[in-house]
Amino acid sequence: MPFNCKPQKFSASIKAVDLGTGDKKVTLGGESVFPFYSFDGSEGNGAKVGVEISDMGLDHEPEAVKAYYAGCETMADIAKKAEAMEGADFVCLRLEGGDPNGADKSIEELVAVAKEVADAITAPLVVEGCKNVEKDGQLLPKVAEALQGKNVLLLSAKEEDYKAIGAAAGLAYDQKVGAESAVDINLAKQLNVVITQLGVKPESVVMNVGTAAVGYGYDYVISTMDRIKAAALSQDDKMLQMPIITPIASETWAVKESMATEEDAPEWGNLDARGVSMEVQTAAASLVSGSDAVILKHPQSVATIAKMIKELI
Amino acid sequence: MALTGIQIFKMTPKKNCKECGSPTCMAFSMKVAQGAVDISACPYMSEDALAQLSEATAPPMKTIKVGAGESEYSLGGETVLYRHEKTFVSKTRYASSVCTCMDDAAVDARLASVSNVDYERIGERMYTEMINVAYKAGDAAEKYVELVKKAAATGRCLILSCKDVEVAKAALEVCKDSKPVLNGADASNYEAMSAAATAAGVVLGVCGADINELYDTTAALEKLGNKNLILDVTADTIKATFANAVMVRRAALKDTDRTFGYPSIVNVAKLAKDDKAMQEALAATFTMKYGSIVIVEEMDYAMALPLYGLRQNLFTDPQKPMKVAPGIYPLNGADENSICLTTVDFALTYFLVSGELERSGVPVNLVISDAGGLSVLTAWAAGKLSSTSVSNFFLENVEDKIKSRKLIIPGKVAVLKGDIEAKLPGWEVIVAPLEAVQLVKFLKDMQANGQL
Repeated sequence: MPFNCKPQKFSASIKAVDLGTGDKKVTLGGESVFPFYSFDGSEGNGAKVGVEISDMGLDHEPEAVKAYYAGCETMADIAKKAEAMEGADFVCLRLEGGDPNGADKSIEELVAVAKEVADAITAPLVVEGCKNVEKDGQLLPKVAEALQGKNVLLLSAKEEDYKAIGAAAGLAYDQKVGAESAVDINLAKQLNVVITQLGVKPESVVMNVGTAAVGYGYDYVISTMDRIKAAALSQDDKMLQMPIITPIASETWAVKESMATEEDAPEWGNLDARGVSMEVQTAAASLVSGSDAVILKHPQSVATIAKMIKELI
Repeated sequence: MALTGIQIFKMTPKKNCKECGSPTCMAFSMKVAQGAVDISACPYMSEDALAQLSEATAPPMKTIKVGAGESEYSLGGETVLYRHEKTFVSKTRYASSVCTCMDDAAVDARLASVSNVDYERIGERMYTEMINVAYKAGDAAEKYVELVKKAAATGRCLILSCKDVEVAKAALEVCKDSKPVLNGADASNYEAMSAAATAAGVVLGVCGADINELYDTTAALEKLGNKNLILDVTADTIKATFANAVMVRRAALKDTDRTFGYPSIVNVAKLAKDDKAMQEALAATFTMKYGSIVIVEEMDYAMALPLYGLRQNLFTDPQKPMKVAPGIYPLNGADENSICLTTVDFALTYFLVSGELERSGVPVNLVISDAGGLSVLTAWAAGKLSSTSVSNFFLENVEDKIKSRKLIIPGKVAVLKGDIEAKLPGWEVIVAPLEAVQLVKFLKDMQANGQL
């Protein structure tokens, strides 16, 4: 008796969301199967890889990342080099300098950086705030306004500030809204519900359902994404059918495996190799769980994950 | 196909003798249907019914044991496809590779590297559990036997990847007592390989040119009576391997196709030869998607630290949070004169807090007391984190070891400050910020102000 393969067919699918304009435009989502289950049906547009850069420049970056951007003097230079990275589909600008507990840069200054970066590149742009809810609530609407016509994704609208960011990005300036929740399927759904109730089209929403570095409570991340994809596809839950974007680099480069120097942890070996491994493995695990896009920063991680996605689709 | 309680009940003697431990035959049947009790607990089942039932009520995926002594591992036995449905039971095991195609120096270096990675993480020992010993067709049998001997000397469980029956037999002669996996059966040699594996009493690995051939060969082996198998799902491409790994597990668990109800091997070293970063990505991928054994070229700390962390997360009970052992954890070179900071034993909290403390660079004794593995607020609400629990722990376990009398408590339980001070005479209790991420600035400020 031959093997009787029973494909898992779903009539529902993840919404396709366009980012950027022109030739380099990318589409997130569109799949009607579980991640990489191409033997079941359509993979949609395939997962995408973004390259993270920061308004704080390169001073705090790992050595190999600094080396990649050697010679870059302005944010425009850095952005151009980022979009040229092998395997890059889009660029993600993190405006971490806006943090009131950090550099506390002014909104005008940050908007100018976002504009400089957006004008320098042709690849789609994702703009991430500084994680301070109050500041982001003011900053991201201004960024949305300044970058009109570029079709950028703004990360992120949270429970506390979704009204300001959702209305500006999703309604007034026709950008894409990132909905960020804290590793819980119900919170993710609730936020999508209230954002769409503002009048934002479901096709303009991308979810960041929260993440962690592998080993750091990553069990919750796996189960949250597993359950979201299952509800979206098998139960046709329209409020969970938004594609998922996961910022990986900002998590993985902050854990001790990626930071402890070779003097501090001699048995652990090469620091750069550890950082890449943590980033690559967290990205792979996220993609297998359901991320439609991951944001990384080390050139080797970007190339490896882009290649893996290509091999799997 | 799984049977319902009623179907099982029809085959019982219906005498309600209670000898099985259940009050009635009906109750017993229901428990068997749920998998809570084995059918053999009933002494009065007819042979016929027993045969029929043990087949039908057997778990969808077999648990296969490999290795011996301290290096014995259970593989498979899974009942669900997703960890949120029920706990995954047999964690993925990792193997380094050696091959007759490598020169002696490379083999020695690789085998030496196997013992390098060995550490503990939240109560679990993390190390390279297995070694894959590959035979390159055409090489001398003696060469392979020597290589197997060398690998066996490490004490690790071996996987003999060898498709030549005679060579495999020679290798089994020198290592069969350590119960290696003989990974070598395919459509052309399965009868002889099965005989060799059975004679040596070891698990047989089966592979196929595609998933249909793998299925047919496995079915043929079962027909020969060999059900001590592992399926090597590695194909020529990453894509086909991923498809095999998922389809095999899904057929077994979702469609209860028992022919595929065995653990699996994924050889990532073969799929991404010489590409270390890709092997890392794939090792993580196949840990998530159903590899019971994942073979890499070499396991080093860079690969192990994230991989074992991922595995530890993936194989936890979704209903039981991960806990760290209570105790004093000195960070940044802290000694008995360094300040104490306490939080709960929930692993996620521990990692967040210890990570931030390490970033601050300030020497701190992180004191973890038993709080039922709950987060700060939940533990407080449940009464597991209280002024009494903290003060008792400090009186019993900390006061005689630490000279500092300053204690930082979580910002979320600032309300406990007064009570703890009352119960811990001589201690100054300081309230930390609400979020772990604010600790770096908080501690640095304390240091700058000479408060430490």
